[in-house]
Amino acid sequence: MLTRRIFLKSSGLAFVSFGLAPRALIRSAWAAEGSRRKKTLVVVFQRGACDGLNTVVPYGESAYRKLRPTIAIPAPRGGSRDAALDLDGHFGLHPALEPLLASFKDGSLAVVHAVGSPDATRSHFDAQDFMESGTPGRKSTEDGWMNRHLQCAPDAAASPFRAVSLTPTLPRSLAGRAPAVAMASIDRFGLRPAGGAAVARGFEDMYAGAVRDVLHGTGQETFEAIEFLKKTDPGRYVPAAGASYPRGPYGESLKQIAQLVKADVGVELAFTEVGGWDHHAAEGGVQGQLAARLRELGHSLAAFQRDLGQRMQDVVLVTLTEFGRTVRENGNRGTDHGHASVSFVMGGGVRGGRVHGRWPGLTPDRLYEGRDLAITTDFRDLLGELLARHLGARDLGPVFPGHDPSAARFPGVMRA
Amino acid sequence: MKRGLAGTVAVVAMVTLAVPAVIASGPSPSPSDEDARIVHALNRLGYGPRPGDVDAVRAMGLERWIDRQLHPERIDDGALRARLASYRTLDLSAGELMEGYEVPREVKREIQKKRAEMDGASEEEMARTRRELMQELGGSMQGMKGRPRQVVEELQAAKVVRAVYSQRQLDEVLVDFWINHFNVFAGKGPEKFLVGAYERDVIRPHAWGRFEDLLKATAESPAMLFYLDNWLSASPDAQQPRTRGRGGFLRRGRPAPPAPEQGQGRKRGLNENYAREVMELHTLGVDGGYTQKDVTEVARCFTGWTIRGLRQGDPRFAFDARIHDGKEKVVLGQRIRGGGQGEGEQVLHILATHPATARFISMKLARRFVADDPPAALVDRAAATFRKTGGDIRAVVATILQSPEFLSAEVRSAKVKTPLEFVASAVRASGATVTDARELARRIGEMGMPLYMQQPPTGYKDTSEAWVSTSGLLSRLNLALDLAAGRVRGVAVDAASLAPHVLFPAGLSEPTRKTLERETGLDAARTAGLVLGSPEFQRR
Repeated sequence: MLTRRIFLKSSGLAFVSFGLAPRALIRSAWAAEGSRRKKTLVVVFQRGACDGLNTVVPYGESAYRKLRPTIAIPAPRGGSRDAALDLDGHFGLHPALEPLLASFKDGSLAVVHAVGSPDATRSHFDAQDFMESGTPGRKSTEDGWMNRHLQCAPDAAASPFRAVSLTPTLPRSLAGRAPAVAMASIDRFGLRPAGGAAVARGFEDMYAGAVRDVLHGTGQETFEAIEFLKKTDPGRYVPAAGASYPRGPYGESLKQIAQLVKADVGVELAFTEVGGWDHHAAEGGVQGQLAARLRELGHSLAAFQRDLGQRMQDVVLVTLTEFGRTVRENGNRGTDHGHASVSFVMGGGVRGGRVHGRWPGLTPDRLYEGRDLAITTDFRDLLGELLARHLGARDLGPVFPGHDPSAARFPGVMRA
Repeated sequence: MKRGLAGTVAVVAMVTLAVPAVIASGPSPSPSDEDARIVHALNRLGYGPRPGDVDAVRAMGLERWIDRQLHPERIDDGALRARLASYRTLDLSAGELMEGYEVPREVKREIQKKRAEMDGASEEEMARTRRELMQELGGSMQGMKGRPRQVVEELQAAKVVRAVYSQRQLDEVLVDFWINHFNVFAGKGPEKFLVGAYERDVIRPHAWGRFEDLLKATAESPAMLFYLDNWLSASPDAQQPRTRGRGGFLRRGRPAPPAPEQGQGRKRGLNENYAREVMELHTLGVDGGYTQKDVTEVARCFTGWTIRGLRQGDPRFAFDARIHDGKEKVVLGQRIRGGGQGEGEQVLHILATHPATARFISMKLARRFVADDPPAALVDRAAATFRKTGGDIRAVVATILQSPEFLSAEVRSAKVKTPLEFVASAVRASGATVTDARELARRIGEMGMPLYMQQPPTGYKDTSEAWVSTSGLLSRLNLALDLAAGRVRGVAVDAASLAPHVLFPAGLSEPTRKTLERETGLDAARTAGLVLGSPEFQRR
């Protein structure tokens, strides 16, 4: 089988002296790879700091109800949709997450509670930045943890879609030296056909030639991706098994990630994001603002799983959020910026059906800085486990510098 | 455009043959150093050169032109007014907008009722039901002058029109800088009715004045009070004031504010959102040396800073002493006590005059005008000006723009254009006529920068890496092609006039020149599209 590296070595370099990268040659090398099934890690970032305590509810704690007089989710009542949906006798799902209950029960969905970034910041900006760079407390880190994973495991035969973000711009998590593609949607990812082949060739050559420009790499990745994407036939995608994604950019982005996975275009890392979690006022309980966001989240994840079907065995999806929210509701029936929150992990090889992580409790002496849920699982240990046990990453040190997640600290969400 | 191996070899062979011809044609004339500096200034003080601008600035003298831009009040901008006239919502007050462009309460209530009944239905079904109800209840909506969406669309379009046509280019850049610095999000409930007045009456009149006045004006603006929730923040000890009657604007907005339990004297509480961001983002910067304790203390000082008159269609700042926390506070080591509304003002004064603020603001301005990582010595001098002049914004901007660093060759083309800068500069370069800027604004959103719609309080980033992405680049290339071919709705272009050296007076790069020379079969519009989409045109 012809790999990209071999092709470059055997025939590509001869042309470099003409100032023309052998891009078309690279493409034919990918085509020769054929359909190679890959393991995929999907990261869903909930921007705005999701209230983990109303998402996976510690209804067994009296402090929970006491500190949240108007927004607490009631303890489970025989499957009632006006109360939490029981998971394990201590925690319950917010009823708006009902579509995920079956996955939890069948063992394909796990929860990690009291997870987060150890840095004390309560700034959305800094906390997202730290979580995406993978280096809490260190602002000078230039690349993101997902990109560093790509750098650590270079794959000469990688497709242009090895790392893809279904967002208008590349997220911090994927920023860095290794190529990564950002796109708002698959079907709009192409040059206007009216321009013709000469215009496409012209753009390619201009960006290929601008070797000292940061746009050079972006240009190359763009044109390679356009060409590659034609294989997926974006116009005619119908989700499998009647899976129905919620309307809106977030559901759409998950649908397109499923499409790319099924098209075997070599996706190893995928990223998408969903905003609207910053409920300082009128957060709501069983109904309300948070419930609406969770409903969209739950429906999307369930549709994703259904759509991928058997293929979900090759996929693990994880949700992240920059921090949790205050245990005590504020004076506006909302919650302010807190500390730990919750993550969902879904897919093949997941030790589902349980709530992972050590539960720190909500009594005043157990709270972080006297007000917030304490962190017992460092998000880097969770992500480290997914990289190691799902994607087979060997060396996590450079991915999370200064942390070095070891198997001993993994929360154990994956079957070892 | 799938090229097999044979095809590629053929292409390479053709290129090989073409090389001598390229060399023989020689370099096209590169501009003088003076012209390069003029183009640089036009790119940084404004949204790029239009055909003829370089000549005009050369005739006036670059220094004089910069000085003129530093005093926008001396520049006649009457023609711009006429171009903005078709956007009817721009001059309306927040109240007038709510009156004429908000979906009536009873219609919203019906929709909400239906929505509750439909719990569990898909978003698609919900949307369909909403549309049906809107039609059914059309009678109640006859008083509406337009849809809520129109308000934001016109604001976005007006921003593009100003960037393209205003003679006061630096004024537009600076207003954009400040509204991004003091970001609010038009997508949050009634914020869309407040943003226009915010830019027009709060940001614009203070953009060139004292920083402290600008800061105070934003702190008191309904737009900021609403966006960062301070209007809801109250002393935990305060009794909830009785609400006057039912309904009202408060119930119309999304997110729905907390429904007060009437007559229950329910306690409200502290909200730290504004207190945190005013220090982290508006003044000191995240490393400005404040603590979580300071955040809470500042939040207590600002209790009672709220909005009145939302319901009556006349939203305005008000201080409500009943929900103010009157107890003593310590902010950044300074004792603050018993001052009522004066406490918040005292905090703003402490913040505005703090050395960390002088540095943070100077740094951000230098980043905007000079380079992503501006020279430290320049930031030092700008910060010194800030402190010496008591935060005189014009003096700080002048320090930056009249510095040797600003005109030095190293920083030319050092910035990647934001989507707004790219689109406005492409329209300006091509001498296009914009009759309706809404499609241009939509494209800017597609490139990742929906105007007035940046949700987090950080605003949009002003560094290259934020704007370098595959899909962002593709949107730019397509806009370049569409614009040159006259395929952008509301924008007319004369393709024949689009010679490469007119579009890009700074002199094209060698790869771009070679590409244009190679692709001889292209018409003027396509050639222009390539120039506007070239790597060098993405920079300023």
